Amino acid sequence: MIQLKDIHRYFQVGEQEVHALNGIDLTISDGEYVSVMGPSGSGKSTLLNIIALLDRPSSGRYLLNGRDVTELDDNTLANIRRDNIGFVFQFFHLIPRLTAAENIEMPMILAGIEPRQRKRRVAQAVASVGLSDRAEHRPEQLSGGQRQRVAIARATIMRPGVLLADEPTGNLDRASGISIMQLLEELNQQNMTLIVITHDQELGARARRSLHMLDGEIDQ
Amino acid sequence: MRGIDVLHQASRAIASQPLRALLILLAMSIGVASVSVLTALGESARRYIVHEFESLGTHLLIVLPGRTETTGGQPPLFGETPRDLTLDDAAALLKSRYIEALAPINVGSAPVSTGGLERETNIIGSTAALQQVRHLSVAQGRFLPRLEADQSAPVCVIGQTIREQLFGNRPALGKWLRINDRRFRVIGILSSEGQSIGVDFDELVIIPVASAQALFDTASLFRILLQAKSKRAMYAAVDDIRSIIRSRHEGEDDVTIITQDSVVSTFDKILSALTLTVASIAGISLAVAGILVMNVMLVSVAQRTSEIGLLKALGATRAQLCWLFLAEAALLSLAGALAGMLLGQAAIAILQLLYPHFPLALPAWALLAALAVSLGTGLLFGVIPALMAARKDPIQALARH
Repeated sequence: MIQLKDIHRYFQVGEQEVHALNGIDLTISDGEYVSVMGPSGSGKSTLLNIIALLDRPSSGRYLLNGRDVTELDDNTLANIRRDNIGFVFQFFHLIPRLTAAENIEMPMILAGIEPRQRKRRVAQAVASVGLSDRAEHRPEQLSGGQRQRVAIARATIMRPGVLLADEPTGNLDRASGISIMQLLEELNQQNMTLIVITHDQELGARARRSLHMLDGEIDQ
Repeated sequence: MRGIDVLHQASRAIASQPLRALLILLAMSIGVASVSVLTALGESARRYIVHEFESLGTHLLIVLPGRTETTGGQPPLFGETPRDLTLDDAAALLKSRYIEALAPINVGSAPVSTGGLERETNIIGSTAALQQVRHLSVAQGRFLPRLEADQSAPVCVIGQTIREQLFGNRPALGKWLRINDRRFRVIGILSSEGQSIGVDFDELVIIPVASAQALFDTASLFRILLQAKSKRAMYAAVDDIRSIIRSRHEGEDDVTIITQDSVVSTFDKILSALTLTVASIAGISLAVAGILVMNVMLVSVAQRTSEIGLLKALGATRAQLCWLFLAEAALLSLAGALAGMLLGQAAIAILQLLYPHFPLALPAWALLAALAVSLGTGLLFGVIPALMAARKDPIQALARH
């Protein structure tokens, strides 16, 4: 359950104060599938970063699963992020020197999970995104669609309640894009909250709930 | 995050940039190698010299005529005209209950000849006690006979070099040597001793002290070597010698007394300081290596900005990021230190081959210190890049692509 109450986010750009978010009130229940659309600079990414606990609101309150996370310290936020939130990026952000399996393993390494369990869960995750035969390949040896599958496996390996995707298909061809969306939607059907930022009207329309943002505000 | 995983991830990152690793390795290993080689040289010089002095004999005291002191008044400021040390002084000193043995020494240079061969060499006049005091060993024949100190005898003991040069392969024992215009019979040949603090016993001819005094026409002694009964007796012996000399020299203890352990400890101190200085100078190269570690790590942090942002998004805490980068710096430094130790040992081994008589060895403490210092340097200079990585803003770090 994500509850945002009158969230503002200002950035100081030179002399000027930029209002990236302007009084966002938003509640997203567990297991919802939400798409966020809007033109560049409308505050979509800032909203996602705040939900992901990567950024702090300038004012307002954010309750994640009923817990106020607005005033927590960095370490606590990092731990909440690790256990509750999966993040999928437009540019995949895989670590180039690590294999697909090792990239997927990374959140569990940070969590201090013991190696035998890690290996087992990585094998499951690799299979569930259909990359069992590519597990020992490095990112440069994978196609864009395959890379995004690795990124999704990594984002979900800690079994988070919330999966955030910032333009997950923005860097993919149409066919791979659709198959990635299908993968994300399968995860949503397993009761994982899915929030997707996209420019693509067609992809945005697949979500049960669609938010449109303009100038830091949500206009349904 | 488990410690072993930190090390594993750090080593993966190192392996992905082999040139960077090689550069740090090179700098660090040169630093560690130079520290260990220079420390080994200094430390070995110290041990060599201390050993040389200790081989002079145990509980050795040396009494020299004259005393160096600042007396004030009109120049010359130094010293008074000393009274000579004589055989009678020596005899009086032997009565001290702290003295085990005593050898008066007279030194001069004279031509030595036999059978048409002649060379100039140093002649020492002494007594039978010299053998005990200086731990001399005799290869053939025997040492000087036990005579009264003022009794001369036409006998001599010669060193190995003198034997070779004057007698060649012919037997020397029992033959006559001519020193100046006096004849001495060779009754003993010293074992080869090698150099010992500038005195080459192989090139010496030793004759009874009274004979030497007659030969060089002098009543005074060059010095007196004394052996105290024990190490503790040495200091009592010094006081005793002063009071005996004072009573014999009209109230003046106009002699200089050198104790063996004061010489040893002085050299020990000087050479330890020297070793430390040289090692510190070499340590500068370690600092340079440390700065290189910092430089390379800073570049690495800048290059891996988006990776740092990603790790933060995946839930890495600041401390975890800090440890990851610090572990990289530490592993690189440690590898450099180990390579440096091998390099240093190799250099020492080569030096040892070139100078087999110089006892070269690197003390264990120096090895450990070099290791600890390089690891410390790596960590110290790795902290700033690691903190910079940990402090990066994840959103900006991820945005850079």
